[in-house]
Amino acid sequence: MTGPVIEIQDLQVVRNGMPTLSIPGLAFEEGRVYSLIGPNGAGKSTLLLSIMHLLRPDRGVIQYRGKEIPRGTAVYHYRRKMAMVFQEPLLFTESVFDNVASGLKMRGLKRDDIRGAAERAMELLGISSLAKRRAGALSGGEAQRVSIARALAVDPEILLMDEPFSSLDAPSRETLITDLDRIIRERKITTVFATHDRGEAIRLADEIIVMNGGSIVQSGSPNDITLYPASEFVASFMGTETILTGRVSGSRDGVFTVSINGAAIETVGQAEPGSVVTFCIHPDNIVFSSDQQKTSARNSFSGCVVKSVPMGLFQKIYFNCGFTLVAYVTNHSVEEMGIREGMPLTASFKATSVHVIKMNQPALMK
Amino acid sequence: MDLIVNGIIQAFSLIASLDPEVVEVTLLSLKISGAATLASTCIGVSAGTAVAFLRFPGKRFVISMVNTGMGLPPVVVGLFVTLLIWRSGPLGMLGLMYTPAAMVLAQIVIAVPIITGVTLAAMQRLPGKLRLQVLALGATRRQLVWLLMKEARLPLLTAVMAGFGGVISEIGASIMVGGNIKGYTRVLTTATVMETGKGNFEVAIALGVILLILAFTVNYLLTAIQQRKPK
Repeated sequence: MTGPVIEIQDLQVVRNGMPTLSIPGLAFEEGRVYSLIGPNGAGKSTLLLSIMHLLRPDRGVIQYRGKEIPRGTAVYHYRRKMAMVFQEPLLFTESVFDNVASGLKMRGLKRDDIRGAAERAMELLGISSLAKRRAGALSGGEAQRVSIARALAVDPEILLMDEPFSSLDAPSRETLITDLDRIIRERKITTVFATHDRGEAIRLADEIIVMNGGSIVQSGSPNDITLYPASEFVASFMGTETILTGRVSGSRDGVFTVSINGAAIETVGQAEPGSVVTFCIHPDNIVFSSDQQKTSARNSFSGCVVKSVPMGLFQKIYFNCGFTLVAYVTNHSVEEMGIREGMPLTASFKATSVHVIKMNQPALMK
Repeated sequence: MDLIVNGIIQAFSLIASLDPEVVEVTLLSLKISGAATLASTCIGVSAGTAVAFLRFPGKRFVISMVNTGMGLPPVVVGLFVTLLIWRSGPLGMLGLMYTPAAMVLAQIVIAVPIITGVTLAAMQRLPGKLRLQVLALGATRRQLVWLLMKEARLPLLTAVMAGFGGVISEIGASIMVGGNIKGYTRVLTTATVMETGKGNFEVAIALGVILLILAFTVNYLLTAIQQRKPK
C-alpha cells in the first residue's frame, strides 16, 4: 500500500488579512479522481494553485509522495510531475502541434520523443486532424481539447484542472467529459478538478470535496455527499431542495416521527421527543402516484403539484402537502401520468430516505 | 518650386553616385542608432518585462516614470548626458564628449523608456493566467520569459520600431553630445540641419530622403518579421 501522492497539512492562504484557504489536512491517493466543488470564492482555485506551487501559502506543508519541497529547490522539477488545465485554454499563438508539444520541449526531450508523445496526446483527445491548425482558429471546445492534450502529453502523475468545462457549450462539454473520463481511468491518472457543477463532479469523481469560504465542509463518495450531506449548505449545493425542520413527536423501535405543520414524517434513527430536527430528502427518492396505494414506504402525503420546471431529460416538481417537497420525475413519467400544475397526487418516500442533518436535543435548547 | 524639384533631382543623383560623404554619414547614422537600439532593446525589454510581472511597492510610480520617459525631449537628454560626460562631470574622465559613444549613450537614454513602456504595455496585455499556465507546464524562469516574449512578439517588435524611430530621427541630443564633427560624429540628422543652414538644399534633401529610406527599410524589415505567419 503506497501513501498519498499529495498530502496537505495545516495549509493556510491569507489575502488582504483574511484567510482565503484553511485546510487542516487533506490527502490525494494515487489513481483516484477528486472533485473540488463549491461556489465562487470557496477556495478551489487557490487550493489547486497551492498544490501546483504557483502560489505560496502563508502557512502549512504540501508533501509530494511523503516529501516536502525543500526551500531553495527549483520548483519546476516538482511542477514537471504534474500538469494543470485552466478554465480558459490559454494556448500559445502557434500551431496545435506546437502547443501540445510545448511542455515536452521545456523538458528538453529529443525531437522524435516530442513528436511521438504529442501525436499520442492529440490522438487521445481526437484532435490529430487539427495538428497544423493555428490555435487562434479553433473553436472553444477544440481549444480546450488542445489544452488538455498539452497537459496529458507530458504524462503527468497528477492532473489538476480548474473548471475546465465551464466555458464550453453543452455538446462540447458532454463529449469532452466522456473522453476525459475514459482517458484518466485508462491511464490511472491522479486527478483533482475544480468545478461548481455538481453533475460534472458526480460523473467524474471518485471522491467529492465540498468547499465553502476557504474550508472543506465535507468530503466523501458522490453517493455519500449527495444522499448524506453534512449540512444544509452541502445539501442545497448538491441539489437537494427539500430541507425541512420539525420537532420529534415520538420514537419507537429505531424509528422516530417528526411533526411539521401537522404532518408526521417517519425517519430511521434515535431521537428524544421534543428535539428539533433539520433533515433533507433527495429529489430522486420521492415517488408520486395518482392514487393512495399501499406501499412499503413509511411516508405518504396527499397534496398537489405547485410547479413543474423542465430540466432537460426530467422535470423538477414542486409539491405542496402542508410542506413543500421537491422531486425529480422523468419526462416520460410526467407525460404518462399527465402531471401538471394543480394536479392532486400522493408523494411517498421511505423512512430511510430521510437524512438528518442537524438535531438539537431538548436539554441543549434554550 | 524649381528649388524643390532641382533639389530632389540632385538628391537622387547624389544617392545614385554613392557620394562618399553621404555614404559615410549614412553608415555612421546606422551604426550609432543601430547600436543604441540594440542596447535599448536589451535593457528596455528586460525592464518592461520585470516591471510588468514583479510586484513591488511603488510600481505605479515606476510605470508613470516610464510613461513620462517615453516623451523625453531629446535636447533635455542631450543636456543631461552633456553634464554627465563633460570634462568636469561625473563621467568626464571617460573622455566621451563629442564622440560616437556619447551619441549612442544619449540615444539609449531616449530609446530605453520608449521600449520599456511599449514592452510593459505588451506584457500587461497578455492573458493574466498565461504566466501561470507556462509555469504549470514546468517552465524554468528563462523559459517563462522567452515564451512570454514570444507571445508578445508583435508588440515587442513595435517597441523596437518605436525605439529605432525615436533615435534615428532625433537631432537635439546628437548635436549636443556629438558636435557634428565631419567624418566622426556627423550623422544624417545633424548633417541635414547643417546643409539646410548653409543653403545646400540639394544635399539636405538627399540626406532627408536617405533618412526616410533608412527608416522605412528598417521598419519594413521589422514589420515583415512582425507580420510573418507562424509555421
